[in-house]
Amino acid sequence: MKVDTTLVKHIAKLGNLTLSEAEIKLYTRQIKSILAYIETLNKVDTANIKPTYQTLDKTTNVWREDKLQPERGLTQKQALSQAKKTYQGYFVADHVFSQSAKKTSTKLDKRRQIDKYNAILTEVNSRGNLGVKDLFCTKNIETTAGSAVLSGYKPQYSATLIEKLEKIGFRIKNKLNQDAWGHGSSGENSDFGPTKNPWDTTRVPGGSSSGSAVAVVTQDVEVATGTDTCGSIRLPSNYTNICGLKPTYGALSRYGVIAFASSLDCPGLFARSVAKLKTVFSQVAGFDPKDPTSQSQARNKAENKKIRTIGLPREFFTQGLNSEIKNLIQAAAKRLEKKGYWIKTVSLPHSAYGIAAYYLIAPTETGSNLGRYDGVRYGQDRSYFGAEAKRRIMLGVFASSAGYSAKYYTKAAKIRTLIIQDFYRAFKQVDVILAPVAPMPPFKIGEKSANPLEMYLADIYAAPASLAGLPSLAIPCGFTKNKLPVGMQLVGPRWSEPSLFELGEEYQKITDWHLQKPKL
Amino acid sequence: MKLQPVIGLEIHVELKTKTGMFCGCSADHFGKAPNTNTCPVCLGLPGALPVPNHQAIDWALMVGLALNCRVNLESTFDRKHYFYPDLPKGYQISQYDDPFCQQGFLTLESGKKIRINRVHLEEDTAKMQHKTVDGKKLTLVDFNRSGVPLVEIVTEPDIASGAEAKEFLKKLRDILRSLAVSDCDMEKGSMRLEPNISWSQSADKLAKYKVEIKNLNSFRFAEGGIDYELQRQKEILDRGETPVQETRGYKPAEHKTFSQRVKETAADYRYFPEPDIPPIVLTQAYVEALRGKLPKLPEILVQELVKDFHLSLSTAQLLIKEPLKLAYFKKYNHEVEPKTLANLIVNKKIDLNQPPQLKTDSQAIDPKIIDEVLKENADVIAKYKAGKTSVIGFLVGQVMKLTHGQVDPKSVQQELLKRLQVPNLKF
Repeated sequence: MKVDTTLVKHIAKLGNLTLSEAEIKLYTRQIKSILAYIETLNKVDTANIKPTYQTLDKTTNVWREDKLQPERGLTQKQALSQAKKTYQGYFVADHVFSQSAKKTSTKLDKRRQIDKYNAILTEVNSRGNLGVKDLFCTKNIETTAGSAVLSGYKPQYSATLIEKLEKIGFRIKNKLNQDAWGHGSSGENSDFGPTKNPWDTTRVPGGSSSGSAVAVVTQDVEVATGTDTCGSIRLPSNYTNICGLKPTYGALSRYGVIAFASSLDCPGLFARSVAKLKTVFSQVAGFDPKDPTSQSQARNKAENKKIRTIGLPREFFTQGLNSEIKNLIQAAAKRLEKKGYWIKTVSLPHSAYGIAAYYLIAPTETGSNLGRYDGVRYGQDRSYFGAEAKRRIMLGVFASSAGYSAKYYTKAAKIRTLIIQDFYRAFKQVDVILAPVAPMPPFKIGEKSANPLEMYLADIYAAPASLAGLPSLAIPCGFTKNKLPVGMQLVGPRWSEPSLFELGEEYQKITDWHLQKPKL
Repeated sequence: MKLQPVIGLEIHVELKTKTGMFCGCSADHFGKAPNTNTCPVCLGLPGALPVPNHQAIDWALMVGLALNCRVNLESTFDRKHYFYPDLPKGYQISQYDDPFCQQGFLTLESGKKIRINRVHLEEDTAKMQHKTVDGKKLTLVDFNRSGVPLVEIVTEPDIASGAEAKEFLKKLRDILRSLAVSDCDMEKGSMRLEPNISWSQSADKLAKYKVEIKNLNSFRFAEGGIDYELQRQKEILDRGETPVQETRGYKPAEHKTFSQRVKETAADYRYFPEPDIPPIVLTQAYVEALRGKLPKLPEILVQELVKDFHLSLSTAQLLIKEPLKLAYFKKYNHEVEPKTLANLIVNKKIDLNQPPQLKTDSQAIDPKIIDEVLKENADVIAKYKAGKTSVIGFLVGQVMKLTHGQVDPKSVQQELLKRLQVPNLKF
């Protein structure tokens, strides 16, 4: 297979992107290097493995009876309200039978920076107590997904999770900055500028839910929503010294959460303590008739198992893990051992392939999910996508295109099956897995932006739980000698959130890492 | 080298469910003000998610069963990607590898079987209009139709002429109407046809090119377009050239097709399984229950009407065209002489909303006539006694004939029933 500019131009056309010659060259080079890394998947024999496209406990036949739902309908005025051009009740698109003019983005008005960390994108209610990642649709309140494409977009409806949080008394205070569309590990991919880490403002707070983590650690809000597709809650939690839950896939409704990679996206929560996370999560988790992937019957059958044995996955402690982080994680395990837990080494042999599989599945799905942004019904046209969004659309369109999808997308889905089987075996030996979240502490803003692949590897320990649809609770477990926060993740079987909370709360009773605050 | 025509059909049928394929908006979109029938799902707003319509799935399965298809017990929805202003999400939710139904057939009068490749479910697109406003050419989009359930029926390339295509389509429409799943109104676009046409050595060895005709809004146009296209391509082939692979339109006034869009390469739709919808897994019992709900197919109904009520073939065919008419006939054929009733119905001389009005000043029945009819129709009486009670209608008809319609058929029937009472007759 030869990746050259001709192929890259073809992919751009398939993905409906207009790229400059310079961009074509850049993406040709970058896609080549990412694909070279992905070649590592060929080491795995997947001959008799069934691909996994969804992690739903074999849920089937989620359907709706044929009844009108007028309460969800939009008036003509509402439907047209976000369109740039309308004509007598119609949306206006470029004439399909004419050669359309090449689109180029014009700079949008610069957004006023609201707070010193650039965590806040929109102020909603100064007396509110809830921070909301800008990936959640909030009715009549600007929702950008961190992208210039949606700058100015005011959704006609609200996400289910936001409605549920409001029902239990939360009020939105601010909409928060993030890597555009959830694409990123550092917060630097926001089209509205990077968010800064309050522990060291020259460093990243982790992404993609960067603003949410910062809003919680600076105590601007009690609780914030986030989404975790491959570490986007866990990484910023650990980089800012707060607690974050990436729930079981399907535990919290995705309805109204702008889709990044549908089979992996997990809306979740941030708070300063596990106790708080537990209280809020238990009130908002549940079936949503508007989200078929939230309707697993296994949800109510899970037993709340008391954790006795904790597993340390061998493979997570070898792949270039920073030695300070390694020591802090092992110290945390020791503390728990002293409390009477059994600590055991387990193996997750395919976890090393997680990132390679993830960077085929997620771009394929995002390449599809971002297809709707054409600037006709809402937002700006496709020329407004930032560099990372374009890169991932290109990668995903390539991985799912005719002739390549079996080699890439299906192969990755089979690796996903193997990763699920690894966990299945491990959970026969231990009740929970304790692991680092990131291989390195918070890095400098700009340090990794030139090399996308190096940035992608920041999520190497986050990928396995995401691909397997498992819950993972990220909690603080210490500081580097430079006073940078470090955290760990507790990964359990599907629907084991209650057990994870119990262990997390116990750990926070015997430690005070989570109580430490940055100087503001 | 002997060439033969190779014609396949792709038919899209809008289901007349109450709501959309994946949302609770009304599926009845026709004639509404633009963009007044939408919700976050069918407008493709950021963050919205699809939930499949159970009724649409059942109906798609019933269409497949009526076309003698095999039902896949495990099926999935897939995303089909392309960019066009009428497609709000940049992909259409459709079915690819595992559609609901595959490998069926429909038999023509000649006995020839047209094989069905697949029957699958997908969502309809928005409607576009192309206009010049203030000197600028624009495309206007109305999303009222977006997300209405569509069944797609794809045949194998077994059709040999415009006439065969027309017969197939008529039969298919009769079946779909008898299932009461679609209006199949070509004018309103609830049934859409796309024939693809080429000449080849055999149906198994397809030609290097394929020409598709779009936007045909009657069976007659389909027939005309196909025949014109066969002729046009034959002339090109006879000159030793290959027709261009393209999509063509049809001008009914000139009975001609014309080039619309040249397709250089096969489209790459980047199909992959729809991650927002769990798979559909059916049991054989579920499928059999749906099969049990299938009404009798039109051909069988016609045969029965002719045999049991001695209706003419054309009257029977007209009667089954509309489920309402047939239901009325079935309800009242014991009260009114069936042939008379059928004629009244097909000639629209009767109000289907109320029971048939009968003459009240009818004369008394001459018992001799009853005797005569019973005597001359021993075979029919035998059938009646064998349990085929519907033949009573025929006997009533005979009496009506002999009395020149001067008696009340209801009383005739009562009289006949009285006379036919046989002990030990089981119903």
